[in-house]
Amino acid sequence: MRSKIAALLAVCVGLGFALTGCGSDDKADTKAAFVYVGPVGDAGWTYAHDVGRQYAEEKTGVETAYVEAVPEGTADFANYVRDFIDQGFNVIIGTSFGYMDDMLALADEYPDVVFEHVSGYKMNDTNFGNTFGRMYEPRYLSGMVAGATTQSGLIGYVAAFPIPEVIRGINAFTLGVQAANPSAQVEVIWTSTWFDPAVEGDSAQAMLDKGADVIAMHQDSTAAGEKAEAAGARWVSYNSDMSAFAPNAFLTAPVWNWGPRYVEIIEAAKAGNYSPTSFWGSMADGTVDLAPIASDVDQSVVDMVMEAKAAIIAGDLHPFTGPLNDQDGNQVLGAGEVMDDGTMLGMMFFVEGVIGSTG
Amino acid sequence: MNEASLIGLLVATVSFGALLYLAALGELLAEKAGVLNLGVEGMMAIGAVTAFIAGVELENPWAALVVAMISGAALASVHGFFTVALGAEQVVSGLSLTILGIGLAAYLGKDYVGLPPGAKLEPVQWGGLSDLPWVGPIFFNQAPLVYLALVMGVAVSLVLSNTRLGLALRAAGESASSTDSAGHSVLGLRLSAVAAGGALAGASGAYLTLSLTPQWAEGLTAGRGWIAVALVIFGAWRPGRVAWGALLFGGTLALKTRLQTFGVDFSPIILSMLPYLLTLAILLAISVRSRKRPSPSPTALGLAYRREER
Repeated sequence: MRSKIAALLAVCVGLGFALTGCGSDDKADTKAAFVYVGPVGDAGWTYAHDVGRQYAEEKTGVETAYVEAVPEGTADFANYVRDFIDQGFNVIIGTSFGYMDDMLALADEYPDVVFEHVSGYKMNDTNFGNTFGRMYEPRYLSGMVAGATTQSGLIGYVAAFPIPEVIRGINAFTLGVQAANPSAQVEVIWTSTWFDPAVEGDSAQAMLDKGADVIAMHQDSTAAGEKAEAAGARWVSYNSDMSAFAPNAFLTAPVWNWGPRYVEIIEAAKAGNYSPTSFWGSMADGTVDLAPIASDVDQSVVDMVMEAKAAIIAGDLHPFTGPLNDQDGNQVLGAGEVMDDGTMLGMMFFVEGVIGSTG
Repeated sequence: MNEASLIGLLVATVSFGALLYLAALGELLAEKAGVLNLGVEGMMAIGAVTAFIAGVELENPWAALVVAMISGAALASVHGFFTVALGAEQVVSGLSLTILGIGLAAYLGKDYVGLPPGAKLEPVQWGGLSDLPWVGPIFFNQAPLVYLALVMGVAVSLVLSNTRLGLALRAAGESASSTDSAGHSVLGLRLSAVAAGGALAGASGAYLTLSLTPQWAEGLTAGRGWIAVALVIFGAWRPGRVAWGALLFGGTLALKTRLQTFGVDFSPIILSMLPYLLTLAILLAISVRSRKRPSPSPTALGLAYRREER
């Protein structure tokens, strides 16, 4: 009997909630909640998102909140989101790939809440969209800087996991290297980590031992840069400008700038005209960018990179333009062909000139 | 594979080996006295963060190391208080210590994430020795904490086997009641061993933020503390054997990604399982062997001692 009353109460409360939700046109009290996979103190991926959150809060005046280090593939994610919604948050932004299916289900359950998923590909027609960035654009540019800098002709790439996002970065970087220095080689070393400085630093050291004089990377730690600094080599970092960690080694970095996109989502939710898209931000809209290039890099190199940057922004240059062969020499793109987004999103092969295996 | 790559592998083996050895040695001390402390990971995290903070604030790496060791000992003493003084379940308390240590480290370090290190312990130069081919880079160009690990290993070994204090300590781990009858303070012996073990785990953490990966971010210790716990079993509670085990485990850690640069296509994921698989194999060997011979583990390990329950 007691449980029946409780159930009835729950239905009433739920109904009341839904009715007030429907009846309210006043979106003035928009509140945005962020769910992060890592700690905001990771100095990398999650840190960059939190910088974006703070930027959005300042620009829109909307109250924001976040919860950090929420694992993928557990009930935690949905529980936190429900908590936020109970507290009146009506914009939910999840920043890890593994949240995707939970977000899709929750978006269905809470039609009045805006859900935006970073780094996934699923969406619905009303309140669930996704956001990512064309990181391959600045990766290509950072490759040009690396290619123009290397003396030994060997560049070490300390890579995280063999998934399309990482592989796309390695390929774009390599094509940039080749654009500046056709004879230079890029060798990949997989760490199977997103954050384990001891392993990432040692992997960089292994490449330095092998003769690499420029190190690029795709993890959230600065360990690779410290090894490059100690060895007198150079370093292309990732996520954010990490020059303070290795001032002599730091060359440049492809970086995230989530703030403007978060402002856009929150403003749309506030105005009540949010409609889901598959947003793939670029250098043109500022979602991704290249950090300032080290001051000791030759001005002619900087000019070449800035010219390429302008061409990419103008839409005249696409890093993945044919003729393009894969690692084994099979043709991927004919002369003048440009790779479509679908192929890029599912990229599981290395381009010609990369040393290493995709798993 | 070129010569530089092979030397690099051995340099990393010794360096990682020392990192694991410091923490394992601390765990060995506590276990020899009869206290299992599963909080190594937490104590390492606290050592790492306090060393980094002290490095930034004091700009003196040696002061930072001392701060880390004191912090590690202080955290370990929480475990000591609960398990030795109050007789709480050691496994539960140790696991709590890991969670507490990691969380506390994240809290303390919040304002220090993304900062460059204020102080580093740079590799020691041994004059001409450092220039020798092979042995120079491998043994005579390492961070100071590598040599500290060596010194501590010899010291712990000597104290345990050649001194009265060592005898009393081991007795406390074998039979607390007879130690008590012999007039030694089981409480004092165990608390000191646990605190000293915490200091060594703190030093291991400091090795990370002062030399190996001079930065602070959550998750920096990445499970190395658990390897240290496994190493004590692997080394059958003997400082010498644990040292060889540390080198072996350090080697697999270094080999994990380096194998790729040698042109060997072997999953780094399998290699990272290797230390744990080896430990399981050793546990199996110990349990099979102990049917004939006594197990090498301290008899009173994990057992609380209360005088009135004798």
